[in-house]
Amino acid sequence: MGSWIPATERDTAEMLAVIGVKSIDDLFASIPETLRPKSWNLPPGKSEMAVRNEIERLAEKNVPGQLCFLGGGYYDHYVPSAVDALSGRSEFYTAYTPYQPEISQGTLQSIYEYQSSICRLTQMEFANASLYDGGTAVFEAATMAVRCTGRKRIVLHESLNPRYVEMLRTHAAHLDLDFVSGDDPTDAACVMVQNPAFLGDVRDFTELGARCKAAGALLVVSFYPVSLGMVKTPGEMGADIAIAEGQSLGMYLGFGGPYLGIMATRKDYVRKMPGRIAGETTDKQGRRGFVLTLQAREQHIRRTKAMSNICSNQALCALRALIHMSLLGKEGFARLAAHCHSKAEYLKEKLTFAEILNQGPTFNEFAVRLPRPADEVVRALSDSGIIAGLPLESCGAGGPSDLLIAVTEKHSRAELDQFAAALENAACN
Amino acid sequence: MNPDQLKYTKDHEWIGEDGGLYVVGITAHAQDQLGDVTYVELPAVGRAVSQGDETAVVESVKAASDIYAPAGGTVAEVNGALEDKPELVNQDPYGAGWFFKLKDVDASELGGLMDAAAYAKYAAESEH
Amino acid sequence: MQLIFEKSQPGRRAIRWDTLDVPEKKLPADLCRAEAAALPEMAEIDVVRHFTHLSQRNVGIDDTFYPLGSCTMKYNPKVAETVAALPGMARLHPHLSTSTAYNGNVQGAYELIYELERELAEIAGMQAASIQPIAGAHGELTGTLLMAAYHRDRGNTHKDTIIVPDSAHGTNPASANIAGFKVVEIASNAQGLTDLDGFKAALNENTAGIMMTCPNTHGLFEKDIAEIAKLCHEVDALLYYDGANLNAIMGECRPGDLGFDVMHYNLHKTFATPHGMGGPGCGPVGVGKRLLPYLPGPRVVKKDGGFALETPEKSIGRMAAFFGNYLIAVRAYAYLRHYGGEGLHDVSRKAVLNANYIFARLKDAFEPAFDGRFMHECVFTASKQAEGGVRAMDFAKALLDEGYHAPTVYFPLTVPECLMIEPTETESKETLDAFCDTMLKLAERAKTDPESFKEAPKTTSVSRLDEVKAAKDLNCACL
Repeated sequence: MGSWIPATERDTAEMLAVIGVKSIDDLFASIPETLRPKSWNLPPGKSEMAVRNEIERLAEKNVPGQLCFLGGGYYDHYVPSAVDALSGRSEFYTAYTPYQPEISQGTLQSIYEYQSSICRLTQMEFANASLYDGGTAVFEAATMAVRCTGRKRIVLHESLNPRYVEMLRTHAAHLDLDFVSGDDPTDAACVMVQNPAFLGDVRDFTELGARCKAAGALLVVSFYPVSLGMVKTPGEMGADIAIAEGQSLGMYLGFGGPYLGIMATRKDYVRKMPGRIAGETTDKQGRRGFVLTLQAREQHIRRTKAMSNICSNQALCALRALIHMSLLGKEGFARLAAHCHSKAEYLKEKLTFAEILNQGPTFNEFAVRLPRPADEVVRALSDSGIIAGLPLESCGAGGPSDLLIAVTEKHSRAELDQFAAALENAACN
Repeated sequence: MNPDQLKYTKDHEWIGEDGGLYVVGITAHAQDQLGDVTYVELPAVGRAVSQGDETAVVESVKAASDIYAPAGGTVAEVNGALEDKPELVNQDPYGAGWFFKLKDVDASELGGLMDAAAYAKYAAESEH
Repeated sequence: MQLIFEKSQPGRRAIRWDTLDVPEKKLPADLCRAEAAALPEMAEIDVVRHFTHLSQRNVGIDDTFYPLGSCTMKYNPKVAETVAALPGMARLHPHLSTSTAYNGNVQGAYELIYELERELAEIAGMQAASIQPIAGAHGELTGTLLMAAYHRDRGNTHKDTIIVPDSAHGTNPASANIAGFKVVEIASNAQGLTDLDGFKAALNENTAGIMMTCPNTHGLFEKDIAEIAKLCHEVDALLYYDGANLNAIMGECRPGDLGFDVMHYNLHKTFATPHGMGGPGCGPVGVGKRLLPYLPGPRVVKKDGGFALETPEKSIGRMAAFFGNYLIAVRAYAYLRHYGGEGLHDVSRKAVLNANYIFARLKDAFEPAFDGRFMHECVFTASKQAEGGVRAMDFAKALLDEGYHAPTVYFPLTVPECLMIEPTETESKETLDAFCDTMLKLAERAKTDPESFKEAPKTTSVSRLDEVKAAKDLNCACL
């Protein structure tokens, strides 16, 4: 039996007596005998120690690598110790949605500060309390643009992560939307772009933003949070909706989650934005406090007509992002971007044996064409503990020899030299 | 507007003629049920609506309700004052708290609506 | 309490950087932001104190009893946090699953996913499960998209309607809407159950399916479920099971055996992963044989003595970029392993025992919303107390002063002045007794001193907050 149930046999007997039944079975009498389980083929339970041993063995079968150059929207950044220490306080992680604001001011103020930090980072006016991840944020932004404009055409720019596009099409399969590729805002609800692009290119979408505005379409920019330590912001480009995968703000790679869906917008559209939003107010004594606001847009009140079906979000991940941003601070965030970019440029210059596929500037990620198939090369490097990058053919974004390489602040010059040499050795010999 | 001279829907909207246009709002009973109104989403001027179309939305902290057009027509004016002062809906539901005005209304569509006495009875019943 | 931005001091910092060991590079100026983001400038200790103080203005399960009905606030075992933080789990890059060249790097993760999905399916009598959905509502959307794919594949183009009971979570109709369905709501009967006649009246050739939870949100077992399933299947309509209340029935009955075709699980409820102030959750979808071919892909399969990925032929596509909230699934796996089949059965039995105990102790002071036997949660109405001036929300606020989290109030929408209490199996008899004593004390006070409730809560860091002001001012960021 599990150790997380306190009831003793005596407790059970006393409670049954108060309830007025003979056995726990009597409490389940409303379930007809014909509907009882046809099978219950589950392994027996075991001690915490044995559970931990088993999962440690599984973890040991995974090989994250000593050096990781995989990116593709998810990056191996350093997470300061204080992020774990603070977000691991049980007053945060064992609480639920702040339904009772008087005993949830920790949650609510942290959401408000998170929203503020996202607005400061993106130079947008309103942010929500979080969405699931970067991919679902693309879907939510698309349907939000449909609500804002009354139009059904979604224009998908080539810069978008192909995985996000796949998710968007799955989620919107029955919404009768019209997906087109390119950047023509005519009759569109929105044009969706990503910056830096999936292949790493950094662009300025200001001119596209102006064209969108003239055509009555929204500009949706999916950004990479760390890049905003340096790169022109969605706000500066005239974005109407800014979205992001927030993993790089203090979330572990964790094989895909939990991550953080970031969404911000302009005041004009805040009532069409999905998800929870915290707002400042006062209590009976006039003291500052925070509550969830604009809830009439949400599923628990609006039901079928809600802006989204989202209920549980990624609140703890938003807290991690807030702590991460607060520790980095104004200067640190810019330094982080400078380290990532400078180190990526250093590596790029070292890879003289490969063809760089990006035409213009890149931030911390770029695509190369190798002299040999990328699959073979990454397999060879993986054996020596280096995860060399993402073979682009595997996600339909390049040819068999194309590799997407990401660099972060974690990589030292010596490691970049080591990687460049190992890559050359595997690719050219 | 004088509530006694208005026509009423089962969804608690009122409609009445004023200077050739038909003014639409929600009843005192409706605003009371909603509580403090925090936001009103109004239709675009020039929009053609049919009787029963969702034409506006009114929100309080705990609820959101669609406002259905009590009769078909074209939206001629909207009450811009509600943008900054949604509380007008609570304070003066038959006056400064109006929502929108319709033109080109087929007056025969008003025949199916309740008069003030019938609505008062209906509202009293719907509280239980 | 001050905002973190109000504590910022120019030039102060928490992070020390190593000297950049490569030449510093900048992007062309026209691609750069004009000014650095105005994030706080603070020392590490001040950041730590800020968030420590914020945490002290919060209440979690580790602090106190948290009987929030429908949310299954059970104890979150610490071992789950330990295993989720293992470097072999936490450091694993998800794109290692994108190229088969890295297949050898992720065998442990695939094995865990494979086993977890198999056991989830067995627990609920489903054919298979997928951990892709990121939260419960995302699982609902996945499930309704699966239903839509099934009907589209069979040429059931006329099937455009989903039936939802009025006691359902708001996410049910919202999810069905995104999957392209019209929603028809049916009323509950006086016993708090789905009204069979109302259901029959709503069911027709255009019905694509029905979304139910069982026990329903009134905490009651749907006694006509077999009949409802039979009638649905006769017109090729599908049954969706909202797994929010799975904690009531493990080992006693299984949604698949009740006739459900598709469902989601809330790992953050039933399998004790932390609620994290509202997320992250994890909402795997389970399917019976009808929907098996449409599951989201890719899926982990056994192949050549190891594990690999495969996408079902008729898959609806990707609901998540990878494997949903994988590290939450790891936590749930630890929970499942600890309990095993016998233990999970005990979980549900003790959850139902605890709820019935609370019901027995409170039923004379608070009016039961329904006559039937409650399962894992009990639902009262404070209508009588409300007539004397003490509403359900007032009881909730008074409980905060007594050191408890409040029950769910005003949900389900079907019960006026609703108080919905779900204790879960992880609470001891002493905890339940102390809570019941407090509730009884408050019920007495409501008779003698109703005015005192209006001032509650008094002991919290703030008193009742002005929600109207928040909605009108819309101050949602400090810019």
